[in-house]
Amino acid sequence: MLLKQLTEACGAPGQEGEVRALIRSEVAPYVDEVRTDALGNLIAVKNPTSSGPKVMLAAHMDEVALMILGIEKNGYLRFRPIGGIDPRVLVAKAVLVGEKKIPGVIGSKPIHLQKPEERERPISIDDLLIDIGAKSQEEAEKLVKLGDCAYFATSYEEFGQDKVKAKALDDRVGCALLIELLKDSWEFPLYAAFTVQEEVGLRGAGVAAYQVQPDIALVFEGTTASDVPETEPHMRSTSVGKGPALTVMDRSVIPHPPLVRELIELAQRQGIPYQIRRSNTGGTDAGQIQLTAGGTKAAVISVPCRYIHSAASVMNKQDFTNALKLARAYLQSLQERKGEQ
Amino acid sequence: MEIKQLFQEIASSAGVSGYEDKISAQLQAACPWADEFRRDTLGNLIMLKRGKAEPGKKVPRVMLAAHMDEIGLIITKIEKDGFLRFSTIGGFDQRVLLGQEVTVHGRRELRGVIGAKPPHIQKPDEQKKAVKMEDLFIDIGFDSAEAVEELVGIGDLATINQKARALQGSFVAGKAFDDRAGVAAILECFKALDSLNFSAEVYGVATVQEEVGLRGAITSTYGIVPDIGIAIDVGFGDSPGLPEWQTIKLSGGPAIGLGPHVHPALHRRMVDTAKEWRIPYSIDPSPYPGGTDAYAIQVTQAGIPTILLSIPLRYMHTPIETLDYDDVKNTGRLMALFIAGLDNEFVEGLTCF
Amino acid sequence: MKDIIRTLTEAFGPSGYEGPVRDLIAGMIQSRVDEISTDVMGNLIAVKRGSSPEGKKIMFSAHADEIGIVVTHIDDNGFLRFTNVGGLSVETLIGNRVRFESGLIGVIYREKGELKDLALDKLYIDIGAESKEDAESKVRIGEFAIIHREFTDLGNRMTAKSMDDRIGCAILVQAIMELGDSPHTLFFVFSSQEEVGLRGARTSAYTINPDLGIALDVTLTGDVPEGPRMAVALGKGAAIKVKDSSMITHPKVKSFLAKLAAEGGIPHQFEVLERGGTDAGAIHLTRDGILAGTISIPCRYVHTASEMVDMRDVRACVDLVKAVATADLTALLEN
Repeated sequence: MLLKQLTEACGAPGQEGEVRALIRSEVAPYVDEVRTDALGNLIAVKNPTSSGPKVMLAAHMDEVALMILGIEKNGYLRFRPIGGIDPRVLVAKAVLVGEKKIPGVIGSKPIHLQKPEERERPISIDDLLIDIGAKSQEEAEKLVKLGDCAYFATSYEEFGQDKVKAKALDDRVGCALLIELLKDSWEFPLYAAFTVQEEVGLRGAGVAAYQVQPDIALVFEGTTASDVPETEPHMRSTSVGKGPALTVMDRSVIPHPPLVRELIELAQRQGIPYQIRRSNTGGTDAGQIQLTAGGTKAAVISVPCRYIHSAASVMNKQDFTNALKLARAYLQSLQERKGEQ
Repeated sequence: MEIKQLFQEIASSAGVSGYEDKISAQLQAACPWADEFRRDTLGNLIMLKRGKAEPGKKVPRVMLAAHMDEIGLIITKIEKDGFLRFSTIGGFDQRVLLGQEVTVHGRRELRGVIGAKPPHIQKPDEQKKAVKMEDLFIDIGFDSAEAVEELVGIGDLATINQKARALQGSFVAGKAFDDRAGVAAILECFKALDSLNFSAEVYGVATVQEEVGLRGAITSTYGIVPDIGIAIDVGFGDSPGLPEWQTIKLSGGPAIGLGPHVHPALHRRMVDTAKEWRIPYSIDPSPYPGGTDAYAIQVTQAGIPTILLSIPLRYMHTPIETLDYDDVKNTGRLMALFIAGLDNEFVEGLTCF
Repeated sequence: MKDIIRTLTEAFGPSGYEGPVRDLIAGMIQSRVDEISTDVMGNLIAVKRGSSPEGKKIMFSAHADEIGIVVTHIDDNGFLRFTNVGGLSVETLIGNRVRFESGLIGVIYREKGELKDLALDKLYIDIGAESKEDAESKVRIGEFAIIHREFTDLGNRMTAKSMDDRIGCAILVQAIMELGDSPHTLFFVFSSQEEVGLRGARTSAYTINPDLGIALDVTLTGDVPEGPRMAVALGKGAAIKVKDSSMITHPKVKSFLAKLAAEGGIPHQFEVLERGGTDAGAIHLTRDGILAGTISIPCRYVHTASEMVDMRDVRACVDLVKAVATADLTALLEN
């Protein structure tokens, strides 16, 4: 199952190799060209020589992870997040370290030995260590090296009502959507950019957009769903199960208003559930793509995910299906308009 | 002039972000190892060194980048009684400023001292806190705004006085080693290339305005579009109070960067080169790609394969930055040998992932 | 010129939705320029072709967008929740009014609670709706609005919302009206989305690729009770920017502007802004670098409903823009 493979693959910013290889093998039969660039973006192209409009779809391959920065004399590993991770989600989790996926755990002082006041305060990241069971620095150095990344050891599972639990839904859902869209036939030039290093500053997208110079860009993301207890209704950025979320504004971009309106009208006409993303925080690849060269029209379609950037995030499969429907409907409408011209 | 000597001279000169002309001129005058010099619109100094190649044949284009700007102060207001209020250009620890001697670069160079309310008239809880930047002022010894306004304008700059001084062995201390040490490493590289066979076109760029947002790197890279970008900056050197795993040991050569800002093949090749030629080095992994010119170089146009080399430095962003000059020399040598080993095939392979 | 300022400051144009402002400006300058167009980012670009084959390309940029709010939620009783578009201070909002593009007005107020805990998510907008359905018939989630306030003439000084940066737009409009021929080709960009990251300036500078870029934008002043420690003051003339967070003005550009002002008898002052940026910040880093500067209009109470400028400073800015537009740029542009 594609989303299972994608979310269980490991790819920190700058180390997206496993994810890239998986995606490449999935899309190769459906596209005219596949190439990579100096940063490792994977760009798959359909109909490069057709007449326009030139459409770029983007989703990022990287996930947040932990980078090993030190190996202690006693074999424990020092680390820091690569991409944004709230340190409070780290303690007592299982991880897989490096390409060889060496199992480890993130431990801290047992509760029995902590003072009551200690338990009120979050554990500082400098007090967290990864334990791979090595007894010495030499033993650890045979298994892991500086710069290796540790990933949450979460497996993909379907559970509850139509829900999926996995790591890295942000943004393997986006990658999965792109792959599905590439399997369809289209008559205009379509560039699917599987970007790198989004989580450390939207690094790959601008570089990919510079190469493509699209007329229209659609970015697919996994976004925060905050429909959980202790959250007031107006603070719920998106809710799981209410359809794909359309961004009107975030920190990186104000998506092209006519394009957003078009997506809303399409959704309404075709009875596809959708919601407006309410938070104005966060950033996506659209921010970089929109500002490439002389500017381009860009919009963001997101699948709501609870608990993103932590070990286990949760999404509703219907939201994925509806996001795909909406994207297809839009590309179809582009196709029809091109046919009329 | 020996490069170590030139390094100390440029470090002692004033070249605050946006105002690097003097440094540029000193470098151009004292560098016999480049074939051409050019300054671009923002003021980046681009020194081109060509290797040996058949005419018309494509050769690897390498860009070396080290920033020549330093952090400094800018005058924002002249008070009635002649004291100067200021803001900073670049990131200063304001605790370092109190009591420093400065030079105010007005219509002429003026001596000044940074002062604040004397401690004995501060309230007890005030005394426990660090003095805020906005409560500091520069005293240039004049008694009225009228007297001062003849000599100093809003927007004039001030720099901390500090001449580079030799410590034991090859250790040196001074201001602006961040990143004039990197610039010195580029010169050491150029000098070393004179005794090597290489085909590449090497653009050694002393960049401007790194301290305020990597601005010189953004525009100079756009104008060069290299096949490979090597940024040379300073890294946190070992010193008391800092855990070992967060620092780089002095006297151990350059730290070779590892992380999203570094192309994996460049990292491997740089490490192999150091091992082959027995140049001391360490590995500097970082999950955070920003903070140096490498961050800007990497995302220029269609993307540039980039690597960061860090020279270990103690007490960064103070007037007493300290390093081992042998580390600077080794950084230069490593880059020269790396460049000498490049060929078109390796360069072409860099976009294959 | 006060009428131009009144019309532009009262117009609706939050970041991303500058249409109404573009339409007004186009109407004002159409007959005085050779070309006028809107690009994909929403920048309005007017071109006055130069009379000399050796003429250079100068880009003037003033941003058409203003800060505002966006509706995030409509509650069960018809009250609206919102978040910010650009830099808004919470304390300046309470009791103020917002206006939507439709003309709908709402009042901003806050939940009961300690002032020190005040944050945007504790505010709400009351459009006088009597139910959720009533509100939903008038406004949508995701809709943008601006702070609603009228322009007031105080004599030498004027106050209005969005002086930042409609005053800059007005200055360019006035300069276009007064300018005769210039040897240089002049691009007047009324840029979009400056308040959310200098975005329109970035893409328009890339396309135009001028020899010189000059932004017109407001700056703070130090001439108010317990104000910022700045030398800039109302009535002391056009402020030539030396530095802000987005740019350190090239010394050549600073001297060029200072010399032009001195030679033209134009009152001027120098400005260092601790925090804040302008379109020039984006322009100067375009491609392989562009010479750029900012002519600032001193302004009190920036990012509130009652920003205040001095007409004499505005006149000085118009004169300085005209001086730049017709100046000899040879010395400035030689390397």
